[in-house]
Amino acid sequence: MKVLVTVKEVAEADDDFAIEGTDIAKSDVEYDLNEWDDYAIEAAVQLAEAGVADEVVAVTIGPERAEETIRMALAKGADRAVRVWDDAFEAGFADVAAKVSVFEAVVDDEEPDLVLGGVQAADTGFGATGVALAERIGFEHAAVVNHLEIDAEADLARVHRELEGGVEELTEVDLPAVLTVQTGLNEPRYASLRGIRQAQRKEIAATDLTGLGLSADDVESALTITSMYEPESESDAELIEGDAGESAGRLAAVLREKGVGA
Amino acid sequence: MNDVLVVSEHRRGELRDVSHEAITAGRELADARGGDLHVAVVSGDVDRFAEDLNRDGVDAIHAVNDGEEFDHNVYQSAVAALLDRTDAGTVIAPNSVNGLDYAPAVAEDRGIPLVTDAIGIEYDDGLTVTREMYGSKVETTVDVAGDRFVLTIRGGEWSPAEGVGDATIEAVEVDLPDSGARVTGFEEVGGGDVDIADADVLVSVGRGIEEEENLELVEELADALGATLSASRPIVDSGWLPKNRQVGQSGKVVTPDVYIAVGISGAVQHVAGMKGSDTIVAINTDPNAPIFDIADYGIVGDLFDVIPALIDEFA
Repeated sequence: MKVLVTVKEVAEADDDFAIEGTDIAKSDVEYDLNEWDDYAIEAAVQLAEAGVADEVVAVTIGPERAEETIRMALAKGADRAVRVWDDAFEAGFADVAAKVSVFEAVVDDEEPDLVLGGVQAADTGFGATGVALAERIGFEHAAVVNHLEIDAEADLARVHRELEGGVEELTEVDLPAVLTVQTGLNEPRYASLRGIRQAQRKEIAATDLTGLGLSADDVESALTITSMYEPESESDAELIEGDAGESAGRLAAVLREKGVGA
Repeated sequence: MNDVLVVSEHRRGELRDVSHEAITAGRELADARGGDLHVAVVSGDVDRFAEDLNRDGVDAIHAVNDGEEFDHNVYQSAVAALLDRTDAGTVIAPNSVNGLDYAPAVAEDRGIPLVTDAIGIEYDDGLTVTREMYGSKVETTVDVAGDRFVLTIRGGEWSPAEGVGDATIEAVEVDLPDSGARVTGFEEVGGGDVDIADADVLVSVGRGIEEEENLELVEELADALGATLSASRPIVDSGWLPKNRQVGQSGKVVTPDVYIAVGISGAVQHVAGMKGSDTIVAINTDPNAPIFDIADYGIVGDLFDVIPALIDEFA
């Protein structure tokens, strides 16, 4: 069985940041592997270690800088990676359908039996690409999976979907399928030194839209970000100031007044 | 084209609040476009749900009586059928775990632009959606091309529709394609030794605690205050505390007299689980952390300095 894992390098804003135009200033963000995708990689690597998966391929849409992130996926155990980037993505904000078009082309090339990705990306937070991809490529799907077993003989995945309020839905999904992975599914490993060394020798195939048989029209986005701003603080919190001792003393007085510690 | 189709959501025999909020969002958009408001109720006790959903401003309710609980195949097929049968050009669904299990598929299948997790919707010659990015640190306005849209809305952002409407209610038969996904059951999680929802005082710990061994510090504080220890999602994901201690959308909803958030930034999923607390205290190093937006008292400072001092106060 072949597993394709979609990963994204996400931007995380510093505590203090400036907004330039319709995005956060590049100097005020740190780049990292999307937290949800880390769980998806771990799930795929565990399937390989269990002998269920023969090959784990990571795919990302991202500029050259994102190689650092996708190499992290390789260091954790993915066998090889595909990185897709194109000038067409520099122009604006890619919508879900645009990303799906890219992943569809990669799925056509790779022919995976299972596609895993995070529930959402920490920066844009759409939470939709996996389910939309499944619809496009005719795979089954399940969103927000926090428990996963593959029954290779029955050719299906047994999953739990994490609903709101402490309830999980138990679902069987026929393969091939796209599953979006929730945090807490497993314990993502740290890359070992050996893994990091091995990752240097693993292939990252960089390609663009033409390489995938697509054109800029295929990734035309329906969405345009027209403004970005910091939400007005609605805080009417009473800030308790002073050094740690002073502020703790004042907070203790407030808490005692509320009957705490009595 | 100018009509709006709201898809309601229910679980285990109860309509979820966001269903009534979506009616408000849908009515506003239908008004702005001069269209009618349709509401879909799919599976479960559709007659009872339809009566409840017949609120001010609803023009038509379409009941698809097929199965008891959520099945994305049924929902997707029902919404697609209603897009064909009605003049609705816009679908509004909850931005819930189940909403995100079918709404993206509807948008993809129909080639309609999708915007999820909307917190504001405006229509004036074109659609503009307000949503957050970068973990709630910023808000953005997004212009959406075209005249058909699939939108999912965040819970708690619109007031629930009220009153009694005079909507037509019709039963709709939907052809279901074969599905390769089958719901086999449900499981309650988070039982165990303690029910944090019963506590009068909660000391709740988040990512700011950094390491598992530092949990001792907040345990000591909880002991000193006679409080119960709870946590935000990352602590439970890391396996440092069991699931029954988790506050938030996917954990427990708590309403204690006093909630002390230690090193919790206040992501929307967490806030959904504790905003009803009588008094909220937040201790966090980041003055811009959203937890301060809902806190009554705040200390901007390092928990590793403040908490030991606070323990001393109650020792």
